[in-house]
Amino acid sequence: MAQMTMIQAITDAMRTELKNDENVLVFGEDVGVNGGVFRATEGLQKEFGEDRVFDTPLAESGIGGLAIGLSLTGFRPVMEIQFFGFIFEVIDSVSGQLARQSFRTGGRFNAPVTIRSPFGGGVATPEMHADSLEGLVASQPGLKVVIPSTPYDAKGLLISAIKDDNPVVFLEHMKLYRSFRQEVPEGEYTIPLGKADVKREGKDLSIITYGAMVHESLKAAEVLEKEGYSVEVVDLRTIQPLDIETIIASVEKTNRAIVVQEAQKQAGIAANVVSEITERAILSLEAPVLRVAAPDTIYPFAQGENAWLPDVNDIIETAKKVLTF
Amino acid sequence: MAAKKDKQFNPVETLHSIEEQFVMFQILNEEGEIVNQDAEPNLSEEELTELMTRMVYTRILDQRSISLNRQGRLGFYAPTAGQEASQLASHFALEKEDFILPGYRDVPQLLFHGLPLHMAFLWSRGHYEGSIIPEGLNIFIPQIIIGAQYIQAAGVALGFQKRGVKAVAMTYTGDGGTSQGDFYEGINFAGAYRVPAIFVIQNNQYAISTPRELQTAAKTLAQKGVAAGIPSILVDGMDALAVYVATRDARERAINGEGPTLIETMCYRYGPHTMAGDDPTRYRTSDTDNEWEKRDPLVRFRKYLEGKGIWSEEKENEVIERAKEEIKEAIKKADAAPKQKVSDFIKIMYKGDLPYNVQEQLDIYTEKESK
Repeated sequence: MAQMTMIQAITDAMRTELKNDENVLVFGEDVGVNGGVFRATEGLQKEFGEDRVFDTPLAESGIGGLAIGLSLTGFRPVMEIQFFGFIFEVIDSVSGQLARQSFRTGGRFNAPVTIRSPFGGGVATPEMHADSLEGLVASQPGLKVVIPSTPYDAKGLLISAIKDDNPVVFLEHMKLYRSFRQEVPEGEYTIPLGKADVKREGKDLSIITYGAMVHESLKAAEVLEKEGYSVEVVDLRTIQPLDIETIIASVEKTNRAIVVQEAQKQAGIAANVVSEITERAILSLEAPVLRVAAPDTIYPFAQGENAWLPDVNDIIETAKKVLTF
Repeated sequence: MAAKKDKQFNPVETLHSIEEQFVMFQILNEEGEIVNQDAEPNLSEEELTELMTRMVYTRILDQRSISLNRQGRLGFYAPTAGQEASQLASHFALEKEDFILPGYRDVPQLLFHGLPLHMAFLWSRGHYEGSIIPEGLNIFIPQIIIGAQYIQAAGVALGFQKRGVKAVAMTYTGDGGTSQGDFYEGINFAGAYRVPAIFVIQNNQYAISTPRELQTAAKTLAQKGVAAGIPSILVDGMDALAVYVATRDARERAINGEGPTLIETMCYRYGPHTMAGDDPTRYRTSDTDNEWEKRDPLVRFRKYLEGKGIWSEEKENEVIERAKEEIKEAIKKADAAPKQKVSDFIKIMYKGDLPYNVQEQLDIYTEKESK
């Protein structure tokens, strides 16, 4: 098995599916010769040709339209939106069209489209690059939304996304692209969409989280362990649909939970997780379920972001409130 | 070589010289006379009468749809009278394997491509069975978001190119649609990839109430194709022959790998924008209406065919009676569609296993509906 960064695992997932299914196409801005601005598509055009891995004119809405049209002719498009902050330019194609494609054709035309896009804070990008806008798509019926936190998960989830017959938004946290390596199997393997992963087991508190915050939460769990608390970290991996079974099982075991997200408190998916817990497991709770999230402002890019992003201290502080309630 | 001083590039003159070249293409004048003999298509008598039949049928369907809508027996409806040549003569140049991405006024083209009439009625009523496009019928559901079909058409055409299919993607929007970003992105993508697409702008002069002049400084809408580097043509949209020829030639180029074409059809909708409360007297005068009605596509095509001795009042009445009968039957069939259930809506949301939340809701509604 090879040691891979998350971005290498993502490239490998696309390579695997380009190889396995001739209907898979990869396209977007600069994905061809350049291999993507982050090199996510490095070498793919060379290996599979310009017919299957190709650059598009610089217009996100057009890219979305292309994906829809290609899906109508039996292709399985993997379209890249260069940064998820540009989703506003293509929100009609994603939420207005792809998400509805099966419904508005009575099930006749499904839309097996994967929308890959980098996002996430802490890497000093310009404005409109780092925002956590996953809530925007997670609230749209018809879309599945995936956010991996490790190289292994990224490959298995991306392969599942590409093979899925429904539109899947696959969001890649930029900070995780090259932050660490992990053993990643060669060839095809899948991780089912809608299945969370318990990244650390514990019995006093459940931290339910996703994306880069999985790693902040794991750090917090280490610190809390030294103070005598056993903390479980649930990595949602898919934020739409949620893995209710795993979330509820964890909460029923620990009786206490916090939800951690990088998105603003009014955005993201945390409120949804809290609602599901209160609807399904309120009698198991010893304390209110609290949220750790960014404040409800516009994302302050580059110099301002570290003061704004939730971090390990915020998580520890909130965890203690719930643990000592 | 240095340019001479007096030959310096003049942006104003250049614009004017380009705009002047977009002269409206016409074959049949308002009197039904051939004014452009060289361009007259070589259509057989059967084909000519078939095209006339479709236009008459559609005019009747429009009248009946408006009254059905007023009776509350039809839902959303966008009137088509005045645009029959633009819609049906452009469609007449297509083959079964070509793929249509319509706007919401473009239901007639779908019908003559093969969509059963009762399904169009069900779609109008908001019954999902009207949207289950029959297998092998190359159409998409009418687009509501103005312009979105243009980028999708580029995608379908790219798909055909990649598969080596000799077919075109054909899409329609209106004059207002040409102001949308998706309009430009669609023709630009199609040009950049040189794909087999035909983009039709049905310039019916008003985007709901906003006149064509307020949409753009461009003298014609067809010239917008120049910026995308694709062939474009301004056509008399009330002249069935001109519309047919422009589309036929565009299709031929597309099939031969010469890329997309933009066609502006100059036409007029006699009725309101839709039946949902639009009142054209607020933004148009009856003088304008009358002037356009003089150019009526059916009147001039009828004269042309009568001149050839291949159309008569009797023939027209036959078409009218058949249309009325089929409309009646289609309404009956639409009325017989089963009542829609929430569980149906849930089942058509996803392919494969349902996400947990949706499965849970399906169970709840299935239980409710069984009572």
